[in-house]
Amino acid sequence: MLAWTIYISFLGVLVLMLLPKGNAALARKVALLTAFAGLGIAIAGFVQYKSAIAVPGAEKIVSVTDADWIPSLGIKYHLAADGVSLTLVLLTGLAAVAGILFSWNIEHRAKEFFAFYLALIGGVYGVFLSFDLFLLFVFYEIAIVPKYFIIAIWGSTRREYGAMKLALYSFVGSAMVLVGLIGAYVVSGAHSFGLAELAKYSYPPHFQMWAFPVVFIGFAILAGMWPFHTWAPTGHVAAPTAASMLLAGVVMKLGAYGCLRVAMTLFPDGLLAWRDCFAILAIIGIIYGAMVALVQKDFKFVIGYSSVSHMGFVLLGLMTLNAIGLSGAVLQMFSHGVIAGLLFAVVGRMVYDRTHTRDLDDLQGMRLSKVIPFAAVTFVIASIASMGLPGFSGFAAEFQVLIGAWRAFPTLAVLTGIGILIGIAYTLRVLQKAFYGDGEECPADHEKPNGGEHADSEIGAPCPPISVPERLGAVLLIGVSLLIGLFPRLLLDVIIPSFDSPLFDWLRRTR
Amino acid sequence: MNYLDLFKLAVPETIVVLTALAVLAIDVVTLRGLETRFRFIVAGMIACVGSFGAIAWMLISHPNANVFGGMFVVDPTTQFVKIALLALTIFTILLSMDSDFTDHVGEYLALILLGAVGMMFLVSAEDLLMVFIALELTSLSLYILAAFNKRDIKSAEASLKYFLFGGMSAAFTLFGLSLVYGLSGTTNLPEIAAALAGKGLDPLLVVAIVMVVIGFGFKVAAVPFHLWAPDAYQGAPTPSAAFIASGSKVASFFIFAKIMAIGFAGKEIQGSGAWHDYAAGWVPVVAIVAALSMILGNLVAIVQTSVRRLIAYSAIAHAGYMLIAVLAHNQQSLASLIYYAVTYGITTIGAFGVVAVVEQGEGGEKLSDFAGLSRRAPLVSFCMLIFMLSLAGIPPLARFFGKFYVFTAAVNAGAPNLGLLWLVILAVATSAISLFYYLQVLKQIYVQEGPPEPLKVPVITQVVLVLLAALVVLFGCAPNLLLGWL
Repeated sequence: MLAWTIYISFLGVLVLMLLPKGNAALARKVALLTAFAGLGIAIAGFVQYKSAIAVPGAEKIVSVTDADWIPSLGIKYHLAADGVSLTLVLLTGLAAVAGILFSWNIEHRAKEFFAFYLALIGGVYGVFLSFDLFLLFVFYEIAIVPKYFIIAIWGSTRREYGAMKLALYSFVGSAMVLVGLIGAYVVSGAHSFGLAELAKYSYPPHFQMWAFPVVFIGFAILAGMWPFHTWAPTGHVAAPTAASMLLAGVVMKLGAYGCLRVAMTLFPDGLLAWRDCFAILAIIGIIYGAMVALVQKDFKFVIGYSSVSHMGFVLLGLMTLNAIGLSGAVLQMFSHGVIAGLLFAVVGRMVYDRTHTRDLDDLQGMRLSKVIPFAAVTFVIASIASMGLPGFSGFAAEFQVLIGAWRAFPTLAVLTGIGILIGIAYTLRVLQKAFYGDGEECPADHEKPNGGEHADSEIGAPCPPISVPERLGAVLLIGVSLLIGLFPRLLLDVIIPSFDSPLFDWLRRTR
Repeated sequence: MNYLDLFKLAVPETIVVLTALAVLAIDVVTLRGLETRFRFIVAGMIACVGSFGAIAWMLISHPNANVFGGMFVVDPTTQFVKIALLALTIFTILLSMDSDFTDHVGEYLALILLGAVGMMFLVSAEDLLMVFIALELTSLSLYILAAFNKRDIKSAEASLKYFLFGGMSAAFTLFGLSLVYGLSGTTNLPEIAAALAGKGLDPLLVVAIVMVVIGFGFKVAAVPFHLWAPDAYQGAPTPSAAFIASGSKVASFFIFAKIMAIGFAGKEIQGSGAWHDYAAGWVPVVAIVAALSMILGNLVAIVQTSVRRLIAYSAIAHAGYMLIAVLAHNQQSLASLIYYAVTYGITTIGAFGVVAVVEQGEGGEKLSDFAGLSRRAPLVSFCMLIFMLSLAGIPPLARFFGKFYVFTAAVNAGAPNLGLLWLVILAVATSAISLFYYLQVLKQIYVQEGPPEPLKVPVITQVVLVLLAALVVLFGCAPNLLLGWL
């Protein structure tokens, strides 16, 4: 059943392509329906899995589809899921729905926009569900192209540059992954690309020594690991709101997921050798991202760099190599997906589409908390979640990562604290500047971007009120973050048992 | 072996030759004086039917023979390549139906068919003499096809360059082959391998190998013998350019791999050796040519403003990738080479088809002429999206699997010490570069704003393009459809 998350997304693409031109309302309804269907399937699959593994001794990996695809190379069409992938599938469903709710005002070539959007979502679902590495790679690359077009066509600041940079970074990353995969396939001699089959083989150490960093960095580029993160801020800023939400929400998770599922699973010896190195890079990412976010003038760049910082926690969690750190990393992927989505929605949709500026100094003069109080309240809540206050998902996740890191690298864990402190500083700074400035100037006097008719029809009105889809989307994301913050066990109960499966043998071996 | 048996083996070739003659005769006798477009459709249909007939014959009969000591070899692999060549020929003919660059309809189509016959014989040859004769038949047809637009001086330039380079390379090939004959005393490929085996690296043999590589390097447009390609692709009439880029490439690569793998097999006869068992000398030569092609082709393509030249430089890069398959030489590599070449041919014909549409509508094929195409001709644009992404190697399109298969075969060839890995890493790196310029084309089509009025797309071209795009997707999603044959 879970496989239908993929199929239904691509089906949605087909339907959208066949729709008549110019009917934006119909296009977005079709897209929303598709995304909801995907989310529904994801939730159902999640609940089913949860009850299935409650039985002691149950299989931790549920196979969804397993068929021969290219027998001469031993490639299979193998879709399966465990707790880690299901958590991320759930996140993808949520981000997809929220993204569409926040792009309800797209009128310019709306049909194509949602077609590319759903193609991206379909590819992402595919990556999370593939247990054959060839298949995983196929979906991974399918997700590259729609990103380019969404940003290049519907984006804002330096959109073509940002889009091309993102596409090339992704493609270079996936090229590195390809080299590693072919190497593993040939060296293991397993005549299979199945994850389990390849993971079973113990590769010679000198091969792992280069294969691990190649594959890990290949994926980590997309996860925004410092110093390969530079696509992230420019890409996020250039992208339209929905795309920023997806980029930060799920695409960066693709990279982190690949690191965990492929690089770390296949090459445990390489992992042990390179572990400290990547842990240090992760911490540099946390601190560097936070410090750069502190001095940005553009509202969206702040959020963009904060994503780099938060993804540093994910990578640090992965490098702890203990169950608590790893589960924290997965939880952080989920939590950051929700919170970053919310932040980008406020910046891109609620603020930028109304004021047409993201310059913090300009915004400071507008007193947005009076003009659009809903946006201000949403942003306050999102900031609290992002800073990691208890009660929200960010706290549960980062707390676990920190405990894990404390066990693994006590010295480095202290440095992480600095990152968290700076995180609070930049969040409060941007909150104050953007919403609680002291000016009286009315927004909407700035020039319009190449937005749709919607924006044009609002000329003269000081500020259109927050629309219903925006409210729904904000409530959805805040609700999820609160829910996971209060009951992290909802997710942890499926994530932690997954570590018992044979795929995580390396976790026990490296301990 | 009597002539009836030989005829039975060569039925497909015979059918195509007869079709060529029929097209010529019917056009001269009955169609002269009618409207060009009508003549193209009637004569083109006859040519297609003939080619279909040849394909059908090969599908129902499965002979396995080796006539006159390798003069004419028929086995499932050659049959498959011939079917693919004829399919590419049919697509070329269909694309030419909407063109108006010439009044000599019959001659044009007949030459395409004769070129196809040459390629078919080339595929079946395992003897140096037959190789050379078939090569010349193909080349001479292609030279004329490139020059066919008599109203355009660029077409003449393209043809002249192609001809001069081609003639020179034919001389190199012939010189190399004659040295091989002198060294081994035979023109039959397996016997050459047997004669050369264990002799070590004779300086004369080195010269012979280098000459042969130069000759074929020209045919497949590999660096540094690529200079004709951009001009020929740019100046030649679109169907001719498409045919040069697809059919000719498939056939040349097949025979190149065969000569290298069988003729210079080295220690083991019949080409069953691993790559380091080859007659020493040619592996480094081909490896260098492959590396140069990938680097130069991809880098120069970045700065092109003409889409045809962009496709030409990308073709040079692709020749580099395919040479890796020639180098790898194990059970997988020939299959991967054929898969790659055939899917590449399909994709390139499609890309040229789109270029032709834009040229007819806009009068040019600069990148800027493609601006806003997605709003002017959505279906054609979508086809171009598929072709370009396939060339860039994005899954699930055909060229991705081709690339993947070639790389896997190459790494496998050097296992367990991964001898060809450096070449594969270079190939993967350069293919990451290639995404940039393919996206430049797509950026014009999808992102940039262009003139608002819709572009007129001829019906046949549109159908052919959709068909080609469907094939690219199909072979990418289900590579087994092709691999099952090999």
